[in-house]
Amino acid sequence: MIYQGKQKIWADYQKEIPDNHWFYVRSCIRQNFFPASEKYFLTICRDMLGRDIFESEHHTTCAGIAYHCDTIPQETAMTVVARQFALMTEAGYDNLVTSCITSFGNYCEILETWREFPELEAKIRENLWKACRREFEKPKYLAHASDLMFKLRGEIAERAKFQLVSRATGEPLRVVEHIGCHYAKMFPHKGVGGAEYPCVLSGMVESWGGRVIDYPERRHCCGYGFRQYHVKANRGYSLSNTHKKFESMEPFHPDLILTNCPGCPYFLDRWQYVIAEMNGKTYGQNGYGIPALTYEELAGLVLGMDPWDLGLQVHQVAIEPLLDKIGIPYDPARKYLGLDEKKIKTPGLPTSLKCC
Amino acid sequence: MVNRTPVIAIIGAGIAGLEAARQLSALGYEPVLIEKAPVTGGHVAEWNRLFPDMSPAADLVQSLEAATAKVRTMTGTEIASINRLKDGYSLVLSDGNILVCQAVLFATGFHLFDASKKEEYGYGIYDRVITNRDLEQWFNTRQDERIRHPKAVGFVHCVGSRDVKAGNTQCSKVCCITAIKEAIEVKEAFPDAEVYCFYMDLRLYGKKYEDFYIRAQRDLGIHFIRGRVSEVGEDIDGRVVVKAEDTLSGKPVKVTLDLLVLMSGIVCNPDAQSYAQQIGVAIDDDGFLKSRNNLGSIVESSRPGVFFAGACTGAKTIPETLAEARSAALAIHHYFNNRG
Repeated sequence: MIYQGKQKIWADYQKEIPDNHWFYVRSCIRQNFFPASEKYFLTICRDMLGRDIFESEHHTTCAGIAYHCDTIPQETAMTVVARQFALMTEAGYDNLVTSCITSFGNYCEILETWREFPELEAKIRENLWKACRREFEKPKYLAHASDLMFKLRGEIAERAKFQLVSRATGEPLRVVEHIGCHYAKMFPHKGVGGAEYPCVLSGMVESWGGRVIDYPERRHCCGYGFRQYHVKANRGYSLSNTHKKFESMEPFHPDLILTNCPGCPYFLDRWQYVIAEMNGKTYGQNGYGIPALTYEELAGLVLGMDPWDLGLQVHQVAIEPLLDKIGIPYDPARKYLGLDEKKIKTPGLPTSLKCC
Repeated sequence: MVNRTPVIAIIGAGIAGLEAARQLSALGYEPVLIEKAPVTGGHVAEWNRLFPDMSPAADLVQSLEAATAKVRTMTGTEIASINRLKDGYSLVLSDGNILVCQAVLFATGFHLFDASKKEEYGYGIYDRVITNRDLEQWFNTRQDERIRHPKAVGFVHCVGSRDVKAGNTQCSKVCCITAIKEAIEVKEAFPDAEVYCFYMDLRLYGKKYEDFYIRAQRDLGIHFIRGRVSEVGEDIDGRVVVKAEDTLSGKPVKVTLDLLVLMSGIVCNPDAQSYAQQIGVAIDDDGFLKSRNNLGSIVESSRPGVFFAGACTGAKTIPETLAEARSAALAIHHYFNNRG
């Protein structure tokens, strides 16, 4: 591996990310999968680092999943997105930041389509006006939330209470980064670092003390792929994709997986349980799995936030071995306490995948 | 009666420039060779053996150098600018001198496509991904830490040629036969190695080219897979993992290799484009210099006194390049004769 070669490519794919004043749109599914991630994006960027990030309770889905599943035409998705832009315009913002990778890809695709076909943009403006009497300006800057976190990674590192370093050995943790397919594969110049060797997540990992692993199936789909999973008959294909990735990364002994897509951490996390149940194989140390984290969760850990406040108890793969490795304190008794310290249900233990 | 006065500047002392200089000298002219590199011979000087006879590249270069030993040759000399005069051209050279000439012959050759632009192939990222030029260098020196008894070697054809996204839609013409030649040479050097060629078409039009292809398959067992490589990665041992599609069987393939050779395509030398623009010589849609017409006047430009030889107008084989160089010398001769 020639690290300087990657740096050369990264230099060619730098995007402008304004420092402040963002209109934030959430994901349809992330709050179910990883309930604290979006909250902690706001906590870190807005409350800790003092950025102006506005969100509106009126925004909806971007319709990206329906569009990619071929259940709605693109013009419908465009009109839904036009409404999000209208909300941004009405709130007085120019910069739009999305929580979801598919939304980011959807917005990029729509803006590029309008650039190529202005008559289509005019038609969508007309649709929106007829539907809800709204008008909009297009965002001056469009970013994924991981772009913004990448930009702020140095400020996070300055405030870090923990580094991605093994407490026992002093060695950097070995981190696999997994980029959502819709981040840059459609428009390489819209992603930090391009499509082949993105540095949006690896930049965070390195800034926070870890070492990034490149492995043969790095670019391969996580296994979600919408129709691979949403069409029930295809779920075996979804699982086999994830299995292929774990088999490929196994020889590198990763300590954790970092992701920036709603679906990827979910499938990379949950399918480890299924693989273990099916063939008894686990990929972490001592029978555990490899934790798959969102970038907000990892930033939160680095900043010293409580793992259970970050929602890490809802992961299938136990997070405790990683916390122990870094030296992050946690209270096992609080793991399944909900709001107001009320005990929530404790999940059953899997047969093969070791959990705490 | 030949006019011996005119000065003819030949830009580039690769095989096209050398052969043209040889012919012009034989016709009684005194051409001047200007070469940016410290040595003459161009790309061919970097190559090891040449198809179809597997003759040493050095033999060809040395014979041309010997034949042009008396030609005024300025190596290590760049052209800072080139200007039009009433009856000719002036070349401002990097040593500060100015060469006034009555004719200019572009023998500027080609550039190999920068394989790192095809990011998915990992050139410059993964240690064991090399180019055709790197491999020829190894054939010459047998010294490259990346090439140590490989058990599996792959060749990717058409890297940066016939590729809209790479900005070069043209066929580079010589890569297919070069890939087969190099695959055979690798197999001869490492008989135990499995060798794979990933191609989209095999364009083997030249004399004896088909013989190479048949020998590679029948006698040496080289695998030909019709399909483009989609991505390259690196495993824990530093071997390269190649994903491709076999479009004949309709299946994806994945092979782990000790060495992957990218057949970089041919693109126009950017220096040639720059010089051409300075004196109003047209550049064609494919980025190469534009001939007056592509049938009968390929060595002539649309500007008086400006001529072409070799790969400055498009990808060429060595025989084609040498033939064009002779043709250009004759065209220059007729140009001066007709001027009286």
